[in-house]
Amino acid sequence: MTLKRICEILSAQPLSDNFDEDLEVQCACSSDMMSDVLAFPKEHMVLLTGLVNPQVMRTCDMLDIRAVVFTRGKLPSAEALEMANENGINVMGTHLTLFIASGKLYEGGLYNGTKG
Amino acid sequence: MSILKEEFPVEAMDFVTAGEASAQIKRLLKKLGVDPGVIRRLSIACYEAEINLVIHSDGGKLTLEMNPENVSLISEDVGPGIPDIDLAMSEGYSTASDDVRMMGFGAGMGLANMARNADRFHIDSKVGEGTRIEMIFDINK
Repeated sequence: MTLKRICEILSAQPLSDNFDEDLEVQCACSSDMMSDVLAFPKEHMVLLTGLVNPQVMRTCDMLDIRAVVFTRGKLPSAEALEMANENGINVMGTHLTLFIASGKLYEGGLYNGTKG
Repeated sequence: MSILKEEFPVEAMDFVTAGEASAQIKRLLKKLGVDPGVIRRLSIACYEAEINLVIHSDGGKLTLEMNPENVSLISEDVGPGIPDIDLAMSEGYSTASDDVRMMGFGAGMGLANMARNADRFHIDSKVGEGTRIEMIFDINK
């Protein structure tokens, strides 16, 4: 699924510079616990989260996650956004809750999540 | 024979710089042309170790050492130590504070995740003194 399609499904806005709407992701992970994200990584994954601190971007950098959706209308801190831009991480924001956003992406065909 | 050895100090409870050492290590290994799969496993384990140093220790350091066969990462700290290592290794067990959980960490997955990502994992801890974790990542598997 492309980031363009994710934005359409979630009515999400791109928030980062040089947003790559053609980037493809194959699976998703929804969590506010970066510990859990680190424990169950997959490649070509989009992260959905309500956590907006810079450690989200650090976690993405470590796991080579190139796309993040911030849910419930939360906006990343300026520091987090700067880190995203530096590391080529595509950031989106939606007003949907984490649960609803996850459900809509699943319904839209993004099935595969964490291992197991 | 070591072809690289570098130390990265990590400060306790400094969430602003937490992860910077791991990011530096990742960039260094990329520059050295290490296999992306090895870099990925090491980056995850390294970040877990760094976050643990920030959360649980009174300060410590990460030491990266590389030879033609493998990369080793050693996490050493001064701090309270771990009274029951088997319990600490079990997924879901955590002594992290609510403040740490608010930052997105402290789910009790760290040590087990380090062991999962490393090819060899060894932990030593003395209560009231500190903890030493050694992880080896084979380059040519």
